[in-house]
Amino acid sequence: MSVINVTDADGKRIPVTGLAVRYVLLLAVLALTVGPFLWQLSTSLKGPHEDIFSSPPKFLPGEPTLDNYTRVAQTIPVWDYALNSLKVAAANVVTNCVGAALAGYALARMRYRGRRAATLAFILAMLVPVEGIIIAQFTTMRDLGLNNTLLGVLLPGSIGAMNVLLMRNAFLNLPNEVEEAAYVDGANVWQRFLRIALPSVKGTLAVVAIFAFMGAWDDFLWPLIVLSDPENFTLTIGLNYLHGTFANDERLVAAGTIIAVLPLIVLFACLQRFFFRGVGEGAVKG
Amino acid sequence: MKTSTASGTTTSDLVPAGPPLHGPGHGTGSEGRRPRRGIRRHLPYSPWLFAAPGLLVVGAFSLYPFLSTLVNAFTDRRTLVPGEFVGLANFRELLDDEMFWIGLRNSSLYVLGVVPALVILPLLLAMLVQRQIPGITFFRSAFYTPVVASIVVVGLIWVWMLDDRGLVNSVLEAVGVGRVGFLSDQWLLLLSAMGVTVWKGLGYYMIIYLAALANVPRELHEAAAVDGAGPVRRFFTVTVPAVRSTMVLVGALSSVAAFKVFSEVYLMAGPSGGPAGEDTTLVMLVQRVGTGLSGRVGYASAISVVVFVVTVALMLLVLRADRKEDA
Repeated sequence: MSVINVTDADGKRIPVTGLAVRYVLLLAVLALTVGPFLWQLSTSLKGPHEDIFSSPPKFLPGEPTLDNYTRVAQTIPVWDYALNSLKVAAANVVTNCVGAALAGYALARMRYRGRRAATLAFILAMLVPVEGIIIAQFTTMRDLGLNNTLLGVLLPGSIGAMNVLLMRNAFLNLPNEVEEAAYVDGANVWQRFLRIALPSVKGTLAVVAIFAFMGAWDDFLWPLIVLSDPENFTLTIGLNYLHGTFANDERLVAAGTIIAVLPLIVLFACLQRFFFRGVGEGAVKG
Repeated sequence: MKTSTASGTTTSDLVPAGPPLHGPGHGTGSEGRRPRRGIRRHLPYSPWLFAAPGLLVVGAFSLYPFLSTLVNAFTDRRTLVPGEFVGLANFRELLDDEMFWIGLRNSSLYVLGVVPALVILPLLLAMLVQRQIPGITFFRSAFYTPVVASIVVVGLIWVWMLDDRGLVNSVLEAVGVGRVGFLSDQWLLLLSAMGVTVWKGLGYYMIIYLAALANVPRELHEAAAVDGAGPVRRFFTVTVPAVRSTMVLVGALSSVAAFKVFSEVYLMAGPSGGPAGEDTTLVMLVQRVGTGLSGRVGYASAISVVVFVVTVALMLLVLRADRKEDA
C-alpha cells in the first residue's frame, strides 16, 4: 500500500487522516481570507453588460475586460494618486531607515550623559496614541504651513519611535569587542557605524523598511485630516473619494481597490521571509 | 538600562586620527565585569547629532502634540482662533453631549465585541499553521494578506460584500435565508464593522501566537498524550497555560486598538456615522469636531483626553486581571 508519506520538521510521520482534516481547514480559512480579494478582482474584470448582482453569484467574469481600469483613470487621476502614495511611501522608507538607524545607534552604542533621557523620549513617544493627538498634529502642521502638502503627510511618521527602539535593540545585541578593535585600528564613530554596526543589523533594517512602506501606503486617518485638495490626494484618500462620488458603479471602485492593493501584495510576497522572521522576533522581544 | 560612568581618559573622547599606541584599557575588562553598553570614543556632541533627527521628529509630532492636547482641552481654541482658558467647561459640555455618549458606547461595545474574538481565533489559527507540512508557508502568507492590505481597501471590499445586493446577500438569498441589511441597520452595521476588524486582525495576532507556540516544549504535549489527554484536553491543560502571557498581551493590544477604532466604521457607515450618527465612535467624533476651518480644537482635545484616560485604564485593567489569576 503506497500512502503519501508526510513528515513534519522533526521527521515524525503525520497520520493521513489528520493531514486531510488540516488541509480542509486550511483551504476553508484561505477561502475566507483571500476570497474577498478574489471576488473584488473578479468584479473589477466584469464587463458593463454583465449582471454583477446576480443570485446565485457568478464568480468568473463572463466577458473579462480591463476596461474598468482605464475608466477609473478617466474618472479620478488614479495614477497621480498612486504616484503621490509612492512618493510618500518611498520617502518614509528612507527617512525611517536613516533616522532610526542613527538614533538607535546613539541609544545603544554610545555612552554619554543624557542617554537615558533620550531613550525615555522615544519610549514615551511610542506610547502616545496617534488617534488622540491627531488634532494637535493638525494644528502643528497648520502653524508650519504644511497642511495640504505631501510633506505634511510624511513628517509625523517620518522617524517612528517604534523603529528607533527596534534598531536600538538590534544594535544592543552586537558585541562591543568588534567596535573596540575597529577603534584601535583608527576608525572614527561614523566609520564604525557605517562599516561595522550597520551591516550587522540588515535584517532589522529590512523589517523597518517594509513596515515604513506599508504604513505610509496604507495610512488613512492622517492623510484624510491633512489633505483637503484633491490634487494632492494619496491613493487611500482618492479611493474613499471615488467610493463616495461613484458609489453606484461597483466595477470602478473594485478596479481602484485592486490598483491600491496589488503592489503591496506583490511586495509582501517577495519579502515575506524577512517579514515573518522580523515580526516573530519583535513579538518575542516585546 | 544602565548608564555607567566613563572609564576612558579625555583623549578617548576625541575621534582618533590614527591608531592610538596606548589605548586606554580597551577590551581587557580591567574596569570590572559590569556590562558596559556602548563605547565612549567619540566627540561629546556626536551622540546628539546621531539622535537629533529622531528626537526632533518625535518631539515635534508626538510629544509636543500630546502636551498641547492636554493644554487645549482646557481652552476654547478653534482652528483659526487662538483659545482662552475655560477650565473644565469642555468636560462639562461633554456630559450633556448626546453624541459623546453614543461615541463612548460604541467604542466600548467595540472592545467587548472584538477582543474575545481576537484573543481566541488567532490562537486556533496559529495552531492550524504551526505544523511544518507541505505548502504551509503559502498558507501563512495568504492568511496575512488582510493585514497587508490598506484599511480603505478592506473597508471598500466589505462594503461591496455586505451590500444589500452584494455577495453575502446573494448567497444568503440563494440558500433561502433572505437578504439582511448589514449596512443599513444601526446594530448590524456596528457588528459588521467588528467582523471586519477581526478579519483584518487575525493574521497579525496569528504571527504573535506562532512565536509563542514555538516556545512550548513538545514534551509537555507528549506527556499529556501518554496520560490519555485528548486534543481538547491538551489544549486547555498544556497550550493555554503556556501561551497565557501572550494571550494577555494580545488582549491588551487589541482592546486598546479596538477602543480607538476609526477607519472601519468611518468607511462602512460614512463620515456622519450611519443612521442618525448612531454608529459614531469616539475617534470619529474627534475627527468630525476638530478638523476643518471651523474645527473646535479645544472640545476635540477634551474628547481625546477621554480617549487617553480610557486607553490607559484598559491597559491597567487587562494587566491587573493577569496578575490576579497568577496569585
